Amino acid sequence: MKNRPHLEISNLTMAYGDIVIQEKLNFTVARGEIFIIMGGSGCGKSTLLRHLIALMQPAKGEILVNGTNLWQVSQEERNQMIRHFGVLYQGGALWSSMTLEENLAIPLTEYTDLTPLQIREVISYKLSLVGLSGFEDYYPSEISGGMQKRAGLARAMALDPEILFFDEPSAGLDPISARLLDDLIVELRDSLGATIVIVSHELASIFAVGDNSVFLDTDSKTIIAGGAPRELLKTSTDPRVRKFLTRAA
Amino acid sequence: MAATIHDKYEIESEGPNICLWLKGNWRFSDGIPPATSLTEQLAKHPHCQHLKFHSEQLDQWDSGLMTFLVRLIEHCRQQQIAVDQSGLPQGVQKLLKLAAAVPERKGARRKVLGQPILARVGNVTIELHRNWEDLLDFVGEIMLALVNMLRGKARFRTSDLLYQIEGAGPSALAIVTLISVLVGMILAFVGAVQLRLFGAQIYIANLVGLGMAREMGAMMTAIIMAGRTGAAFAAQLGTMQVNEEIDALKTMGISPIEFLVLPRLLALFFTMPLLCIYADFMGILGGAIVSATMLDISFFQYFQQVQEAVALKHFIIGIVKAGIFGVLVATAGCFRGIQCGRSASAVGYAATSAVVTSIVLIVVADAAVTIICQVMGL
Repeated sequence: MKNRPHLEISNLTMAYGDIVIQEKLNFTVARGEIFIIMGGSGCGKSTLLRHLIALMQPAKGEILVNGTNLWQVSQEERNQMIRHFGVLYQGGALWSSMTLEENLAIPLTEYTDLTPLQIREVISYKLSLVGLSGFEDYYPSEISGGMQKRAGLARAMALDPEILFFDEPSAGLDPISARLLDDLIVELRDSLGATIVIVSHELASIFAVGDNSVFLDTDSKTIIAGGAPRELLKTSTDPRVRKFLTRAA
Repeated sequence: MAATIHDKYEIESEGPNICLWLKGNWRFSDGIPPATSLTEQLAKHPHCQHLKFHSEQLDQWDSGLMTFLVRLIEHCRQQQIAVDQSGLPQGVQKLLKLAAAVPERKGARRKVLGQPILARVGNVTIELHRNWEDLLDFVGEIMLALVNMLRGKARFRTSDLLYQIEGAGPSALAIVTLISVLVGMILAFVGAVQLRLFGAQIYIANLVGLGMAREMGAMMTAIIMAGRTGAAFAAQLGTMQVNEEIDALKTMGISPIEFLVLPRLLALFFTMPLLCIYADFMGILGGAIVSATMLDISFFQYFQQVQEAVALKHFIIGIVKAGIFGVLVATAGCFRGIQCGRSASAVGYAATSAVVTSIVLIVVADAAVTIICQVMGL
């Protein structure tokens, strides 16, 4: 079981109704690696992410998590599997009517038997991991965009997930905050051993953190390249990939 | 050398040095001992100056171990015990470093969350006062926009106005029909029981006709519009505020008052009197149904009595009121929308307070108009 890839996507077709977004997607994500899903705007990166976290059902094909097909189990079992996922949405998606502490407390009170004191300790520890010690009583609207993102990350990590998904982690952040977030992602992978899947088109962070990747293309509607981003930059001969990775006009 | 044994850890002390052996699984699902159980034992070694970890027997761990260690290290810092983390697993050491990387910001933590009652009363009063000033500002801006419009300079799209008229008028007919007929029936029913006592059943037509034309037609339409359209205005404009759409209008030099508020205001100003006339007749029809079925008054008798009893001026008073209510509902809805904060809950609050403000304004205005009519002998 340990040697099996953490995520296996085989022959996946994604569609909204009759409109096919991407088809024949095949790739695997190994345990503990940082996997990048890249491609131009509108190529279906975020749609792929929504499929991976079971928000959308594939039109065709399979998504295996730890060898189990996400869509061949009951709703309850699927929820059980999703509980091992942590997702950081593009805007943080913190619940605006709750303080940071309440935001983090929701998954903990729903899914664990921890005592209120333990929950407070976990929250304070998770917030300290993302550099937000002492911000428990703040509402999302009272902190900056970068802090909201980090708080979103703390919430995503609340249940010690096995896989963390990031949707455009550096979107809307200045270069320094984006760099710090990248460092944090690598730190977390190294210390927690979690698998990390990132949807991104930020070249700087793609090269900085990516161990492996797939490149989605809008026109051919499938994966046209895969592998470590730094290797791709050196070896890829496909003009579309080269154009993207070198920012050629 | 002394040793204390727990099923999760073992303490070994030797002079000023203490060794902590972590054992087994340290996950929340396995149960985590409270950090106080350990700190109490550390307190038994007052001369302890150095804490060292051994994790050879440690198996699985998650945030449970981390919170325990964070508490323990914090305790040691307070007791001035040096902590040597080198015996911990690599991942744990890294996480501890990360957790300590950004120190808690001084003063970030909220000191007081609750406020004494007096402070709260004060804050609410200040808030009310500011609200009132904002509302006056807003009304002033609307006036300026109206003047601009009369000079033909206001910037809004006619299609917007027509769209708003459609949304406020024809789309509301069904609900206005239902409510007005029912209100007419209720008025007739309440009156019928009393009037029958002294054989004056026919006056039910006066009661329903006057009641609907002067009061209930306009009032009920206004309340429906407050809940239906006023709340929608507040939610639309509030969401636009959240999405910075209103800022986008401003930076293009387009007044949001002219572009967004004027069409909505005019739409309600035009449709409310029409809806009111419709509601009046529907209410009178409701009265007719009750009269015919309960009081044996024929439709013909009933409508003739209505014609005699309700003069045109009564309808006009109702229609004028409806126009005023329309302006009030649109103003309250748009005001709360424009004033909206920048979060999801703020939009909800804007919609709620738009309805409350509208209804308060409607009732106050109704009272004022009634008194004016009384004084003028209408």
